[in-house]
Amino acid sequence: MQALTNRAKAVDRRPMTFAEKLYIPAIAKGMGITFKHLFQRKATVSFPEKKRDFSPVFRGLHVLNRDEEGRERCTACGLCAVACPAEAITMEAAERKPGEENLYREEKYAAKYEINMLRCIFCGFCEEACPKDAVYMSETFAPANYQRKGFIYGKDDLLIPHPKEGK
Amino acid sequence: MTLLSIDWFFIIEKVLLISVVLVLSLVVAMYSTWGERKVAAWIQDRLGPNRAGPMGLLQPLADGGKLFFKEEIIPTNSSRFLFILGPSIAMMVACMTSAVIPWGDTLVIAGRPVSLQIADVNIGILFIFGVVSMGVYGIMIGGWASNNKFSLLASVRAASQIISYELPMGLALIALLMLTGSLSLKDIVEQQRHSLWNVCYQPLGFFIFLVCAFAECNRAPFDLPEAENELNGGYHLEYSSMKLGFFLFAEYINMFISSALIATMYFGGYAFPYMDSLGLDPNVVTILGFVALFIKTLCFIFFFMWVRWTVPRFRYDQLMRLGWKVMIPLALANMLITGALILARQH
Repeated sequence: MQALTNRAKAVDRRPMTFAEKLYIPAIAKGMGITFKHLFQRKATVSFPEKKRDFSPVFRGLHVLNRDEEGRERCTACGLCAVACPAEAITMEAAERKPGEENLYREEKYAAKYEINMLRCIFCGFCEEACPKDAVYMSETFAPANYQRKGFIYGKDDLLIPHPKEGK
Repeated sequence: MTLLSIDWFFIIEKVLLISVVLVLSLVVAMYSTWGERKVAAWIQDRLGPNRAGPMGLLQPLADGGKLFFKEEIIPTNSSRFLFILGPSIAMMVACMTSAVIPWGDTLVIAGRPVSLQIADVNIGILFIFGVVSMGVYGIMIGGWASNNKFSLLASVRAASQIISYELPMGLALIALLMLTGSLSLKDIVEQQRHSLWNVCYQPLGFFIFLVCAFAECNRAPFDLPEAENELNGGYHLEYSSMKLGFFLFAEYINMFISSALIATMYFGGYAFPYMDSLGLDPNVVTILGFVALFIKTLCFIFFFMWVRWTVPRFRYDQLMRLGWKVMIPLALANMLITGALILARQH
């Protein structure tokens, strides 16, 4: 048979020599190895006290961004929902009324914006699709919940706090 | 104080000593479970239990509490009496062996010599052998009474394993006895106090004894009676709550006693180098001797654990072949060579 790589090793089927049959040298060698491991650096991360850093490209829970004046950036264009392969994003658009210019940046905004975190596969396509820099993925992951409906995140869960009012 | 021609101080002294030794072996067994998990974790590059108390030191208490509060299940089709008798025998026998081990030399308290050995019987080693081979009855009865094929298989394995490994163990000891000329453990230690440790004269005997001790304690690589992956835990498969705890605990007590025994017979017991030329108070030397024995014992307990987390379990036929075809001939040869050398030195 043609070898795919040159790393394959033939199994040694020679009968064991006397020294090998004794097992003692092999056991001593093994015990040496395990003894070395007693003092090696431990792989454990003591979780609640120490948290392992996420990688810089980690894609966690989504946030809905605001601009510098605290207005919502999302215009409910629906590109994120179209890009979403898991169909986790739904939204309803509404028109901005006079006097709401301090709330929404453009004439159209998302009255309802929901992401189902159980459907979401955290691929990040929504983040890439967004033309208004409104959807970002943060460095946290969805906390556990007792009910399915607790995983459907609405606008109040997703919007980042207002830079001035702090809510 | 003598009343009714009974030396009451003697009785108080012995009762105290028995309690202390019992508590000591229980505490050591308790913390062996903690040590076992720590050693296993370190060998596998983990941290081990570290949540209950500092360094996880309260872990054994938590485990014990858990075992006590668990539901007590006795299978419907088991023999109820024997089912309860099994772990009781295992536990009782495990605690009995410590009676003849000399934990130290004599302390002098208020002009009264107090030996740190519960009973210096002149058949010490025989006593230990008799008691240890009783231990397998706990496993056998427990496994048989469970009325479960895995448990039964495990108890059959345990019985044949103990028989196979008691032989070379006894033969290795005979060589040691020919050397010391006494069955009393106190005498054996006293002889090592004034000369080299027995391991220097009996290296092969020590090795055979060590391997057989592993087998007698049902420790890896000879833990076939409680093979987790083939027998679902073996003889204690049907046990729950503290009866399971007794079985597990008995194993750790046995490990402690075997370690103490190996240290006593081959590594000088409570004797340590230069103990008679330190010029200290005899009581202090005695206490130091006890500490020395304790350290030696702990080293062997660590060795037991170290081996367990290194060497994989033997297959059953390998176990039998090792026992009958390797250990017994080796032990016989060791005995013959020892006898021949002793004879040659006498002439």
